[in-house]
Amino acid sequence: MPLITYREAVRHALAEELERDPQVVVMGEEVAQFNGAYKVTEGLLAKFGPNRIVDTPISEAGFIGMGIGASMLGVRPVMELMFWSFYSVAFDQILNNAANVRYMSGGQINCPIVIRGPANGGTNVGATHSHTPENVLANHPGIKVVVPATAYDAKGLLKSAIRDNDPVFFLENTILYGDKGEVPTEEYLIPLGLADVKRTGTDLTIVTYGRCVIHSLAAAAILEQAHAVSVEVVDLRTIRPLDINTVLKSVAKNHRVLIVEEQKPFASVGSQLAYMIQREAFDELDGPIHRLATIDAPAMYSPPVETEQLPNPHRIIKAALAAVA
Amino acid sequence: MSKKLTAIAENQPAATAPRPPHAQAPINARLSQEEKIELHRKMVRIRRFEERSLRAYQGKKIGGFLHLYIGQEAVAVGCCSLMGKHDHVITAYRDHGHAIAVGMDPKPLMAELYGKITGCSKGKGGSMHYFDPSRNFWGGHGIVGGQIPLGVGLAYGVKYQGHKGAAMAFMGDGAVNQGAVHEAYNLASLWKLPVVFVIENNGYSMGTSQARSSAGQLAKRAEGYDMPWGQCNGHDVYEVRACMDKFLTLARETNQPSTVEIDTYRYRGHSVADPDNTYRSKQEVEEYRKTKDPIQVFQEQLIKEGVLDEATIEKIDLEARAEADHAADFAEASPYPTPDDIQKDVYWEADHPAQRKSQGRLFFD
Ligand SMILES: Cc1ncc(C[n+]2csc(CCOP(=O)(O)OP(=O)(O)O)c2C)c(N)n1
Ligand SMILES: [Mg+2]
Repeated sequence: MPLITYREAVRHALAEELERDPQVVVMGEEVAQFNGAYKVTEGLLAKFGPNRIVDTPISEAGFIGMGIGASMLGVRPVMELMFWSFYSVAFDQILNNAANVRYMSGGQINCPIVIRGPANGGTNVGATHSHTPENVLANHPGIKVVVPATAYDAKGLLKSAIRDNDPVFFLENTILYGDKGEVPTEEYLIPLGLADVKRTGTDLTIVTYGRCVIHSLAAAAILEQAHAVSVEVVDLRTIRPLDINTVLKSVAKNHRVLIVEEQKPFASVGSQLAYMIQREAFDELDGPIHRLATIDAPAMYSPPVETEQLPNPHRIIKAALAAVA
Repeated sequence: MSKKLTAIAENQPAATAPRPPHAQAPINARLSQEEKIELHRKMVRIRRFEERSLRAYQGKKIGGFLHLYIGQEAVAVGCCSLMGKHDHVITAYRDHGHAIAVGMDPKPLMAELYGKITGCSKGKGGSMHYFDPSRNFWGGHGIVGGQIPLGVGLAYGVKYQGHKGAAMAFMGDGAVNQGAVHEAYNLASLWKLPVVFVIENNGYSMGTSQARSSAGQLAKRAEGYDMPWGQCNGHDVYEVRACMDKFLTLARETNQPSTVEIDTYRYRGHSVADPDNTYRSKQEVEEYRKTKDPIQVFQEQLIKEGVLDEATIEKIDLEARAEADHAADFAEASPYPTPDDIQKDVYWEADHPAQRKSQGRLFFD
């Protein structure tokens, strides 16, 4: 299988779906002529032309609202947010209009829109540019939330997201864009709502998603070698719908759980997971559910300290040892 | 404080040239007698529907807000009477008039107010959230100004899908100060999208007069976005049609967006919860009712034209009252949704289980 980057995987998914369905359009700031702020959309303008690949003004509420309106008529816009952090200025459009319009119309309308872009800390850009809003988004019934960790997952999930008839919010990661992974040349889809066990193990289940999957795998290798702890890593891949069954199966096998997430702790994705695990697998637990999250403060600029604010392999190892103690 | 202190006639391009009477505008001159009567009938039906809904509200049959359109009927009826197959409408929460104007049946509209499963939104939307995509009516939106980017999206969809049509995006005079509206103006003009932004200027946003909330003439802000604009008297359905026809044609034929400010007036409080005694005088309301009532104005016009007579007027009114009563009876007799309905109509996929492709839990407890 060819090795391609996460960035290329996203781009290939866009290109294939643009090719397949004339209703798909890609829009966002700098996606066309500039080739994408993070070069995800590089070459798409040349291939598909300005009618399908559209540069927008810096006007998130306007163009995202416009995309939602167009999706009500059956256009399938894939809107790029340069950073998911900028969702706050389009909050009303995203979470009142896209999330609610189906419900308030008694099911007469659906919005097949995808909003995608990076949502991560770790790049020393300070608090305004480092939001990870998957918990805020997933709090809204009516929408779906996807956070892929690898090139393979990013491609298969994005293709499914574009074909989905509900609004899907797709959260990528600038630090992962350059990571390479094996991606088949044949077409494939990964259904939303299906977790993936990225590593099997017998002592501890780590439930995680996004870049923390990569950190957890690195930590697991060290835990195995240096501490003789066998770790299973469950990658959620999709936050909503949520594949809780795969999580519970792993918990039932290993009886100890650590949740790792790049999230502020209060009312995070992990909070929801911890609630569900204790509610549905209480008797399987040999100890309290542990969680490692972002240290609870706005994102720190100072480069070496921001690394410590976020989950990283060394913090995960410490948390894992506490969880199996 | 009275309304409309800022409307300056000389800023209005259309006002400088002498205009023919609106009845003779081609779009009106070619109406058949029956079509003229239908315009009148729609306005009367809206008014009777809303009066009936107010009684139901006072009888505690309806919860939440009820924003009445009484006094503004000529705007929705005039605008929506111009709709073709690929024209679309979206508006704010004061949406009963638009719903009836696009042809929705009053029964499910009343049932929606009662919170019944037979409501147009199955009791999930309420007064502010009427929808009927089959009639190109896209709501009914509760956040002031939030529907305007969606309206631009409808125009984008029409153009992208290669149809000849236009979207009308309605808002109040208060909504023009929302950022989303300005973003929408810019996108529409930048990308030449076939949308007409319609400002229904009733002089007040809740209890704040236009003079206390907005600098400059409202529609003129379009100039900043290089869009043409117009202003017209919304008490005269002929004038609304003549003015809107021009801008809708511009949009359909040339993808040129525009803004039209339509002067109108609401007789009732902002919502039925508004005691309406702090920000305007009773005399002001009375003056409008007496001299500018859109139904009265048009009725007199049609009598002059020999299209309507007293007997027909009486018959139309009785039918409209009966229709509103039947709608209330229908609403009353309809069942409420059940708790089982709460989680329906949330996800398209959950509502179409046979076609579902995703896995995992969509709902949580
Ligand atoms: C974003 C937002 N802010 C405030 C409100 C509360 N509110 C509802 S209607 C309204 C007045 C709007 O006036 P206008 O736009 O003139 O419309 P009208 O009611 O006159 O039809 C206000 C303040 C709201 N619904 N949404
Ligand atoms: Mg107003």
